[in-house]
Amino acid sequence: MMVNLKINNIDVTVPENTTILDAAKANNIAIPTLCYYPDLRINSDCRICSVEIVGKKGLSTSCSTLVTEGMQVKTHTPRVINARKTITELLLANHDADCTACAKNMNCELQKLANVLGIDENRFARVLEVRPIDDHNPSLIRNSNRCIKCGRCIDVCRNIQGVNVLEAMNRGHDILISPPFGKYLSDEFCTFCGQCSSVCPVGAIIEKDETATVWNALHDPQKHVIVQVAPAIRVSLGEELGQKPGTIVTGKLVAALKLLGFTKVFDTDFTADLTIIEEGSELIKRITTGGVLPMTTSCCPGWINFAETYYPEILDHISSCKSPQQMFGALAKTYYAQKENIDPASIFVVSIMPCTAKKYEAKRSEMGSTENNLDVDVVLTTREAGKMLRQMGVEFENLSEMEFDKPFGTTTGAAAIFGTTGGVMEAALRTVYEIVNKKPLAVLDFVEVRGMKGIKEASVDLGGKTVKVAVAHTLANAKIIAEQIKNHESPYAFIEVMCCPGGCIGGGGQPYGTISKTRTDRLASLYAVDVAMPLRKSHENPDINKLYSDFLGSPLAKLSHELLHTKYQPKRRH
Amino acid sequence: MIEKKIISKRFDKIDPYSIADYIATGGYKPLIKAMTGERIDILSEVEKSRLRGRGGAGFPVAIKMMALAKEAASVKYIVCNADEGEPGNFKDRAIMEKDPHSILEGMIITAYATRATKGYIYIRCEYDKSIEIMRHAVDEARKNHFLGLKIDKIDFDFDIEIRLGAGSYVCGEEFALLESIEGKTGRTRVKPPFPTSVGLFGKPTEINNVETFANIPVIVDMGGDEFAKIGTKSSTGTKLLSLSGNVNNKGVYEIPFGIPIKTVIDELGGGVPDSRALKMVQLGGACGPIIPRYLLDMIIDFDRFDEFESKTGSGAIIVMDDRWDIFDILLRNVDFFKHESCGKCAPCREGHNQLARLLRKFTDRKATVKDLISIESLARVMHQTSLCGLGQTSPTSIISTLRYFREDYIDRLESLEV
Repeated sequence: MMVNLKINNIDVTVPENTTILDAAKANNIAIPTLCYYPDLRINSDCRICSVEIVGKKGLSTSCSTLVTEGMQVKTHTPRVINARKTITELLLANHDADCTACAKNMNCELQKLANVLGIDENRFARVLEVRPIDDHNPSLIRNSNRCIKCGRCIDVCRNIQGVNVLEAMNRGHDILISPPFGKYLSDEFCTFCGQCSSVCPVGAIIEKDETATVWNALHDPQKHVIVQVAPAIRVSLGEELGQKPGTIVTGKLVAALKLLGFTKVFDTDFTADLTIIEEGSELIKRITTGGVLPMTTSCCPGWINFAETYYPEILDHISSCKSPQQMFGALAKTYYAQKENIDPASIFVVSIMPCTAKKYEAKRSEMGSTENNLDVDVVLTTREAGKMLRQMGVEFENLSEMEFDKPFGTTTGAAAIFGTTGGVMEAALRTVYEIVNKKPLAVLDFVEVRGMKGIKEASVDLGGKTVKVAVAHTLANAKIIAEQIKNHESPYAFIEVMCCPGGCIGGGGQPYGTISKTRTDRLASLYAVDVAMPLRKSHENPDINKLYSDFLGSPLAKLSHELLHTKYQPKRRH
Repeated sequence: MIEKKIISKRFDKIDPYSIADYIATGGYKPLIKAMTGERIDILSEVEKSRLRGRGGAGFPVAIKMMALAKEAASVKYIVCNADEGEPGNFKDRAIMEKDPHSILEGMIITAYATRATKGYIYIRCEYDKSIEIMRHAVDEARKNHFLGLKIDKIDFDFDIEIRLGAGSYVCGEEFALLESIEGKTGRTRVKPPFPTSVGLFGKPTEINNVETFANIPVIVDMGGDEFAKIGTKSSTGTKLLSLSGNVNNKGVYEIPFGIPIKTVIDELGGGVPDSRALKMVQLGGACGPIIPRYLLDMIIDFDRFDEFESKTGSGAIIVMDDRWDIFDILLRNVDFFKHESCGKCAPCREGHNQLARLLRKFTDRKATVKDLISIESLARVMHQTSLCGLGQTSPTSIISTLRYFREDYIDRLESLEV
């Protein structure tokens, strides 16, 4: 059914159940919003999107009001404009608006709003009560002084991730978005997925910026600084630098990182291939020797943090493989150091990840290094990498494409799709199927495990046995999977879990403004990368085979075990 | 005598702890009549009565009732809002403490008419005597088969549970109240959907004020048409008033709609003590308008109150004599709302703090003409954009005094320079 209404005296026809906000947008009027975020619940708390509906006394929020037949909406009457300005001034009066000293400067929705509304003075007194900043973890910084209480972070943490670490404490003017009782994120078993930082409209939750450390390392003559780039970055860094969502920038990003001064630019896809060999071997071993099943993937640090805290009883079900990031770090400071004859202590490994939890992962005690010599020294998010390139003034679009460096440069399509939900599963199945069944796959694409559905299932024939597998993304879905395992009701043998919506392409460290559409664009590009690769199965990567013959021996063997595997410990909830 | 005692007819005449007293004075007869006797159409009687909600907003009760009756859900709730927290209001307490079964009877009849399955009474925790009496009344009603399974031997099950507030004013707002019953922080929800479609625990729910429910047995008893003859065209029946402030006889009074405020103050309240001059009256409570003496001929009537765009209809009349400065009252009001705002929506959360600061500039004689413009603009924006009734109505005292006592503001300006 279509509904006819008038917006600013212009006839408009939209489908029923359309909000006024969407109806206006479809007719080329963008009503300003603040708390509204396309993928999240409608809170209508900020009241910025208020409009006048002829015949109604007060103003109505366009984000939450559905159109009705014959409705007459006025989006920009003086009354409406004054209301929007007044509310924005109220918010600014209780906000640390030192914009030029904020990581979100020029990227802040409140700042943009003030600009669009043309606010040139604030009639209201400054009432900000300065509160302490929570930077007691390696991943995220919460600065309540910038918080405008829009509720997005609460929603994403509670309803998308099912973790529920944040809540609106107190009431009225004293309201404070915080972990319960004003504790730190690190006290409350935040998984550091960073989805809150991704949706925060202002600079109240941001990743811990480590760009300065990287600049220092790059200019330290004692250091051999190398960088690894996660699969999802090649389809999101371009977007961070102003290109269309999903633009594939693999070759340009290598060139750009060279310009920054990295001695070698490597591909985390290489250790993604390695992960498939190790994890695939582990799965086959568990299936054939009566090991603990189902086995879940272990690449995602948000999932590991979640399981350790909320489901410690299922830790044996998690693959013992380190993540590709940490496998890379371990090899960089052993294999690579030996091969290139460099003192491991001088090697400085930087990762570019779509993820804030990776910062936490790199600093974990399990990662087999002393505190002074981490396997991965610094993790930068996509956004921080973009920041460094802007600082450098790199004209990204003009760069000629370059190839990743050896020995961690030859990769497969299977590794590329690690960056999306279903990708690790598909990559694993391509390899495990061929190893177990000793015959090539007729079709490489496992379409059942692709796409944005929360939990996907597939069955695969392994040595005459039908094995059920599943793929889950977002922690709310991971929770369903974990409950099944905990209650011994899981029908699966192998489960891929990624903590962010869409997997790493929707990671908490990805460019701001990520919504379903952006995730779908990035996802499609990763599959395009896969199809374009000459090799699409991890076990066919010649440099992986060389790594085993030259250095590691065989999968799951002693050295592989030492460098590439680990074990996670339960964390007690308070 | 201007009083008309329909709702308060049993006040101080029966023992509130005795269901026998209630029954002996005609109680539960309307319920039996509605359920078994003449099988009257309760919904159409309520519609004919044109009863409007007694919590303050005056919403037509039949519309809510019919909306709930239409819902097909197998679980539906009736909620009685007994969180009487608006300053200056104490009439619901009088009903609970003097005629508790009339509320229960109204809830049971409403439930029967709408096929609701369970009822809740949400009472503010400070009302300990009300809580004790209502709990006792529910037990007694259950023992006498007016509540529980197969009420009065017909095929209808309905029970009532009493829940207590924890001191928050905003929990009197219907959605915050539902959230509170659900065990969550008392903050309102986005509407629509309205409670009659998605209410308590996500189920269709009708929420009415205590006095509204107490009217239902009366309507069933006398018939909707008869009921509608009482009062005025737009406001039928009687109204319980909470009369307080500078009057000789403070208390709860029941009058038919249509009586002038001045008559209530003079005849029932016995006028202002010590022969002082009456300066102003605040209607409805802290969220209501402050009106000057010359407007007191105004009759008590929802339509007349509508022009204030506030919840004026709860029946509170707070009388203030000439010793009061409007800013004393305004600051008390605003500080109260600043403390009670839930903090969910921006205009209410941030606005009250700024209103209080601006008002203090007036009391400190530091205000400028710009501040005068700012306070007026802010009060209107809060009224027009706040998410729930709290922020929408809390600026009413400022908006109304800017209209009727503007000279008091201008007197406090530091200078008249623009």
